[in-house]
Amino acid sequence: MTSIYFDNAATTSLDSRVLDAMLPYLKENYGNPSAIHGAGRTSRLAIEESRKTVASLLSCKPAEMFFTSCGTESTNTILNAAIRNLGCKHIITSPIEHHATLLTSQKLAEEFGIEVHYCKHQENGELDYDDLLALIEKVGPTNKTIVSIMHANNELGIINDIDRIGQACKKHEVLFHSDMVQTVGHMPINLHEMAVDFASASAHKFHGPKGKGAMYINGSVKLEPLIFGGGQERNMRAGTENVAGIVGFAKALELSVGDMLEENNHCKELKDYCWAALKENLKEVELGTSCNKTLSRVLSIILPHTPKTEMLQMSLDMKGIALSGGSACSSGAMGGSHVMKHLHDTACVPLRISFCKSNTKEEVDTLVKSIKELLS
Amino acid sequence: MELPIYLDNNATTPCDPRVVETMVPFFTSNFGNAASRNHSFGWTAEEAVDYAREQVAALIGANPKEIIFTSGATEGDNLALKGVAEMYAAKGNHFITTTVEHKAVLDTCKVLEKEGCDVTYLEVERDGMLDLAKLEAAITPKTVCIAVMYANNEIGTVNPMKEISAIAKKHGVLLMSDAVQAVGKIPVDVNEDGIDLMAFTAHKMYGPKGVGALYVRRKNPRVKVTAQMDGGGHERGMRSGTLNVPGIVGFGKACELCRLEMEQDAAHTSKLRDKLETELMKIEEAYLNGHKENRLPHVSNISFKHVEGEGLLMGINKDIALSSGSACTSASLEPSYVLKALGLGDDLAHSSLRFGLSRFTKEDQIDHAVELVRKTVLKLRDMSPLWEMYKEGIDLDTIEWAEH
Repeated sequence: MTSIYFDNAATTSLDSRVLDAMLPYLKENYGNPSAIHGAGRTSRLAIEESRKTVASLLSCKPAEMFFTSCGTESTNTILNAAIRNLGCKHIITSPIEHHATLLTSQKLAEEFGIEVHYCKHQENGELDYDDLLALIEKVGPTNKTIVSIMHANNELGIINDIDRIGQACKKHEVLFHSDMVQTVGHMPINLHEMAVDFASASAHKFHGPKGKGAMYINGSVKLEPLIFGGGQERNMRAGTENVAGIVGFAKALELSVGDMLEENNHCKELKDYCWAALKENLKEVELGTSCNKTLSRVLSIILPHTPKTEMLQMSLDMKGIALSGGSACSSGAMGGSHVMKHLHDTACVPLRISFCKSNTKEEVDTLVKSIKELLS
Repeated sequence: MELPIYLDNNATTPCDPRVVETMVPFFTSNFGNAASRNHSFGWTAEEAVDYAREQVAALIGANPKEIIFTSGATEGDNLALKGVAEMYAAKGNHFITTTVEHKAVLDTCKVLEKEGCDVTYLEVERDGMLDLAKLEAAITPKTVCIAVMYANNEIGTVNPMKEISAIAKKHGVLLMSDAVQAVGKIPVDVNEDGIDLMAFTAHKMYGPKGVGALYVRRKNPRVKVTAQMDGGGHERGMRSGTLNVPGIVGFGKACELCRLEMEQDAAHTSKLRDKLETELMKIEEAYLNGHKENRLPHVSNISFKHVEGEGLLMGINKDIALSSGSACTSASLEPSYVLKALGLGDDLAHSSLRFGLSRFTKEDQIDHAVELVRKTVLKLRDMSPLWEMYKEGIDLDTIEWAEH
């Protein structure tokens, strides 16, 4: 049976070169990096070399880069610390952020009585910058505040203007966290130029291993950890380091940054090709967003709600084609996508087609043909 | 003979090649997100996670639904303690633990104190054992949880969990255990032992680093913890974050291998450990730390009086990978807080070696280790004025040293 994977925004396959880099740390170099003997020092060295690689690829200092177990942990750590030890009383965010941001903010609001503000969006899902900047201007100057806005939305692929938000935050002395899980490894990132204080990233979104994330904490800010007990990651994240995962993170990022232009061009070509073919073959199909600043690899489309479109994902899977209706993290939930719900009435079926370097035009042809057959 | 000789298996174990082999397909071909519920890539990943959950549960006599995968035991300890503190805040705010716990428990308890909880830190006896009468006496109406490690990471002492849980049960208090060093090495059964929450990790039992589990009892009583990481609602809402599928698969395999081979491993390591210990204890002024019987089969902790621990490690670490105490604190030159808690003076606490054997340790390696340690101890003592004074019969404890 065919096996076509168009769900690269949920997770990606591990690049075999990344696995090759990791395997020695799963096999012979197994020392605990905190141990002082040779086996431990080999592991320690691998971690610090990886940190340097990641920091240089993302343009920050190695001392500002901390490894975690995933993007969710990074976001939780940063938001928790902002409230618990930096004393922030307000969070400004968007209703279509990842659940790691939304639910953590809500929990912090319940626990600490802080206020969470949600900015508005335009009809196409783009941030309403006027509203967001007004919120920052209104809340920021008089209250200790953190803004948490993702770099690119995981369902629609819309890329946010981080610089614009960052400048406003700077002006009003507001802290700024950006969930960059969808963009690290896929877009050029210069953390020092971006006016962000904190950022979250995850390796498995750019052909690295699952179970490995990272967070950037600007050197001028000192945070307390979320996980205590052991002093690893210079007291920012306790727990024996996942050495192979860290090595994999760095290797995957190095490869992704190296291949970025080529991969983005390839994905953009597939995306345009796919959209043109869908448009030609299905008259009811619409783009998930009319915004033209979207990730090259994410194509979000909307179909009218019918018994056939409702079953489309399942039917496609029977034909060996994997894609998703929204974010994987909540795809098991019956509630459906909170992003789509926010932007559209419920009577539509969203599909997210997300590409990677190994996808081909032939696979797109198969997808379009299958959708057409299934809906006819 | 294979060099270097790795005897730091309490810090971390090598990943069993059979475990790595099981993991590899989940990196490259079966790479789906276990939360992707609408395509086969996701289902394959989810099935693999479910299977691993069964393997993990089987090792500790739990129901698979009682296993929450985490990134390691430190996260598990944090989740258990903070999660219980939040969930049971209405019942009380008092925790009981011991002074020889792992930092993951001790540091988390300090955080709880900062947030308004009371924590009693019980001291242990000279042999590392807990006085159960003192434990029971520490319980108050406000006590919600007792946190006692199953086995100590430095001296290998195994606590009588059944007796401890009987006390906890009698007073309606939860029992949480950091069982990192015990699971996979000795029989652990959460029902027989009466444990309500238990954190453990793959990399101490021949699995990969970066994955662990928290056992949370679902029946008699049904225990709940408040999540410490929110997001996609993975692990039934108790631990969000995309699952580390290859890591979990490796953890499952490691658990299965331990379940099947535990007896054989224990026989192998205890035989070699006993040989090592018997030989090293023949050295003059060598002291065994911890309880001689109630301890893990693969661990021995010995202090060599009048020998500086760091110097000793330097002398042998070219051939033998070994620590003087816990890896997590070994980078500091402070003596082990665990040994200090047993009542050892700085001299003995500073001169300890922790031997941790594994299923891969060979007899000729042990013979070589014995020789090298003996030679280094004797050489260092030859150079030591303290040793000379001791040999001359001067009681070192009575000397008043001049301040520099």
